[in-house]
Amino acid sequence: MRRLALALRMLRRNAHAGEARVLAAALFIAVASVTTVGFFADRVQAALDRQANELLGGDLVVIADHPIPPSFFDRAREEKLARVETRTFPSMVAGPGGTSLAEIKAVGEGFPLRGRLRVADESMLGDGEIEGAPKPGRAWIAVPLVARLSAKPGERINVGRASLVVERVITREPDSVLDYFGLAPRVLMNLADLEATQLVQVGSRITWRLLVAGEADAIGRFDAAVRPQLSRGERVESVRDARSEVRVSLERAQRFLGLASLLSVILASVAVALAARRFSQRQTDGAAMMRCLGASQADIFALGAWQFVALSAIGCAAGTIAGYGAQAVLAHWLTGFFSVALPAPGPWPAVKGAVIGLVLVLGFTLPPLLRLRGVPTLRVLRSDVPVAEPSSLVAYGLGFAALASLVVWQSGDFKLGAIAVGGFTVALGVAALAGYALIRAVSRARAGAAGPWRYGLANLRRRTGASLLQVIALGLGIMAMLLLTLVRTDLIAKWQASIPPDAPNRFAINIQADQLPEVKSYFKDLGLTNPDLYPMVRGRLVRIGDREIRPADFTDERAKRLSEREFNMSWAEALRADNKVVAGSWWQPGSGPAFSMEEGIAKTFGVKVGDTLTFDVAGSRFTAPVTNLRKVEWDNFKANFFVIANPGVLEAYPASWITSFHLPAGREDVVSRLVARFPNLSVIDLTAIMGQVKRISDQVSRAVEFVFLFAIAAGLVVLFAAITTTQDERVFEGAIMRTLGASRRQMVLTQLAEFLAIGLAAGAVAAAGAVGLATVLSERVLGVPYEFNWVVPVAGLIAGGLGVAVAGLLGTRKAVDSPPLAAIRAVS
Amino acid sequence: MDATGDEHELRQASAPAAGQPDIVRVEGLTKQVSTPDHDLTIVKSATFRVRAGESVAIVGASGSGKSTLLGLLAGLDVPTAGRVWIAGEDLFALDEDGRARLRGRLVGFVFQSFQLLPALTALENVMLPLELAGQAEAAAKARAELARVGLAERLGHYPRQLSGGEQQRVALARAFATGPKLLFADEPTGNLDSATGAQVIDLLFELNRENGTTLVLVTHDAGLASRCDRRITIRAGEVSAG
Repeated sequence: MRRLALALRMLRRNAHAGEARVLAAALFIAVASVTTVGFFADRVQAALDRQANELLGGDLVVIADHPIPPSFFDRAREEKLARVETRTFPSMVAGPGGTSLAEIKAVGEGFPLRGRLRVADESMLGDGEIEGAPKPGRAWIAVPLVARLSAKPGERINVGRASLVVERVITREPDSVLDYFGLAPRVLMNLADLEATQLVQVGSRITWRLLVAGEADAIGRFDAAVRPQLSRGERVESVRDARSEVRVSLERAQRFLGLASLLSVILASVAVALAARRFSQRQTDGAAMMRCLGASQADIFALGAWQFVALSAIGCAAGTIAGYGAQAVLAHWLTGFFSVALPAPGPWPAVKGAVIGLVLVLGFTLPPLLRLRGVPTLRVLRSDVPVAEPSSLVAYGLGFAALASLVVWQSGDFKLGAIAVGGFTVALGVAALAGYALIRAVSRARAGAAGPWRYGLANLRRRTGASLLQVIALGLGIMAMLLLTLVRTDLIAKWQASIPPDAPNRFAINIQADQLPEVKSYFKDLGLTNPDLYPMVRGRLVRIGDREIRPADFTDERAKRLSEREFNMSWAEALRADNKVVAGSWWQPGSGPAFSMEEGIAKTFGVKVGDTLTFDVAGSRFTAPVTNLRKVEWDNFKANFFVIANPGVLEAYPASWITSFHLPAGREDVVSRLVARFPNLSVIDLTAIMGQVKRISDQVSRAVEFVFLFAIAAGLVVLFAAITTTQDERVFEGAIMRTLGASRRQMVLTQLAEFLAIGLAAGAVAAAGAVGLATVLSERVLGVPYEFNWVVPVAGLIAGGLGVAVAGLLGTRKAVDSPPLAAIRAVS
Repeated sequence: MDATGDEHELRQASAPAAGQPDIVRVEGLTKQVSTPDHDLTIVKSATFRVRAGESVAIVGASGSGKSTLLGLLAGLDVPTAGRVWIAGEDLFALDEDGRARLRGRLVGFVFQSFQLLPALTALENVMLPLELAGQAEAAAKARAELARVGLAERLGHYPRQLSGGEQQRVALARAFATGPKLLFADEPTGNLDSATGAQVIDLLFELNRENGTTLVLVTHDAGLASRCDRRITIRAGEVSAG
């Protein structure tokens, strides 16, 4: 306690003298940027989830092929979650002009919990969103049924034995796009009318759903409580499980925000390390004096450590508050941008910010503290007695370990974190080697340089250690910023490119083989592009090798679920341009039976090239080996298949064809005529989900821009901290040169020579590192192919050199502008 | 400018019998610093002159304001009030850059703590003012200057590789390298043992004589002060020229 009190008094004096301010500022901005990113990302993430949940109709859905156990309802009630029950089943419905197979959905009060239905207006020409769902006695029907049943609003239809009045025509349901294969047009009715239909009987193919919505924490608890209790035929879905397009977009968004904030952590650590080093250097003589006055090494260490802890507490608290404020401002700017209100941020980012601040301080202040601890008392008498530097490897090893674990933690993704840590470690080594080689080369070349340049370059060599540190720190700082620029630019460009304006926005399914020529000519006659038609066979995966597939054998939820379902399989002779073989090779014409599997599903099931798969299609089984794995672009809105066979394997089985096509706005007549001509066809409107994916990517792009600004701010702190590490020496040298008659120009040139050399070295290291890391990150983590672009690294190199030079000159303006005597006295 | 006119009159009025003009003229020079409690006057309205070729010791107790006065004379600091003319140029009518150029042309400086640039070798430290002044053959001149102070064998050494006495000799070589008319020395032996200090002082006076430089030296050492032609005493900021 005595030490703590003394440390606080010393800190107050140091703060007054201004030395500690650099460290506090570095910490403040570091924690502020980390927490801003954290808070903001948290809210954006929650908003994105919620927005995506609109597609699901709730935040989480429990699905069962039997009534949902009451315990699940109880649990939802305990967590104070909004809940609604639905039941869906296929049934024939009859209207005034005909009958049709329909997918009946009976919904309870409150449906949908998230999102809204879109229904056509009276004239059937336009549509709009509407709250709620049908009241008892009413039915809302999907567009195709209007034609098939000749049932307009106001007329009656029969669902089983119940007679319902058609009230509205549904143009979009929040959750209908999530499971579109094999779906008949929708009839939406009230759950209260279900009994009257008398359709719920033993053996009915009914799916029971419990939709819940509420605070993220409560949803999380509910999810965690319910999952272990699931029995056969029951499953839990969140939006991530539901649709590949949304899932991919969300995960990519999350990874990028994770990357942006973890780069802030890395930058922060560099700034803190630099600031702590400077703090310790300026305390050196004071520590020697205290040793002389009877302080033990432990005292010196404890006093320094307490000061750092107190500083970090102040920096973290102020940074967290500032971070909270900054994200509120950001959120305010984005009001109206999200279709849902931004949920309040959770407390985690604050805790995270505090832990990060503390760990950074403890991890990176240890070497300077050990150095202070070892200050020889003799320094009191002779200031040129050197201070033993602690073994950097050991001391900074701790800081590095702390940083590495923080990065992995912050990224929330081991792979991403490991790549970033590995990349930065390699970059660190390369930066150190390249920086050292450059400093050596420059110092040898200085004899040939003229006046001020020579002195600038001589300084570089004289301060080899400090110069190297600056090259590394600035190199990492610039690298992080370049990396974010590269990844962000490419990522956003890729996102925007991933939904081209003419991307397919409708699926037509259930096309029969004999209809193919007619369907093709129909599109041709209407002047629409000739759609690609893919055959589709539904089959159940029953064996992998010798192993019989049983859902219970899988721990992975997705594998469990997929093993219960039928797969949509197709056959093809040639590999599609938007699919890529990532393992094995595509088949040659005339080769024996073979399967190609999508790499994600292969991973889920643990299937490798060479494994044999056995499928059950319509009661008969067949087996073939997997000869290749494919990478599929799920977000291009084309029909894609988990499993493709080579020609000759599936043709014997009952198949239907599927196509996707782009329907220009205002050509809805094409669909109604198509459905009228081929009544067995189902056309699925993808515009809702496409709009959703587009909105998510737009929002994330925007969020990324903001988050990027914070990383830049963190980079600037590093720049500032790096430059101030040698500021005292510069001010002193500037004063001596002034005394000896140096003009302003000569002094500026001297400084410029040194900063330009450091900046260029840092820029070179950063550009190379950023390109290397961006390649790995883009392809391995973000799933976006990286295309090398010369402009960015070259621009980064030049901007790095110039940026450091300009910032350096601004930072050492004092050396040039102030009267020399004060500077000489201050230092000596 | 008025200053030039004044200077002309001054030379007329105060030229000593030897016919030497004033190289330094100080009028009403005052330096105050503000502390949280009060303003502290370190130099109070000093007025005196130094003739070319003279050696002058500024003496006084610790904290009397000697070094501050010297810093003001060399234009290393700016006064609160008053003016200083160096060889007829009004020092504080110039900006920081102008003062630096004037020093480069006319002034040499020796510090108590040597103040060599640690990044530079002995030779480079001596070359520095020559190069800053744009002089040709800087290396040859610097070499010759180091040879004069007995360090011909230490050209490539860095300050940290030299003893205190050697460092101060490099500083002397640096101060005399540009052939200054005026040399300011601030406690040049303050950081040296007495034997080394005596050697350095001998060297200083010898170089001063050879170069015909005007020497203004701050010291609290009465013996050293007595080797100068004249003394200026400062007591609690009050300057009395002897």
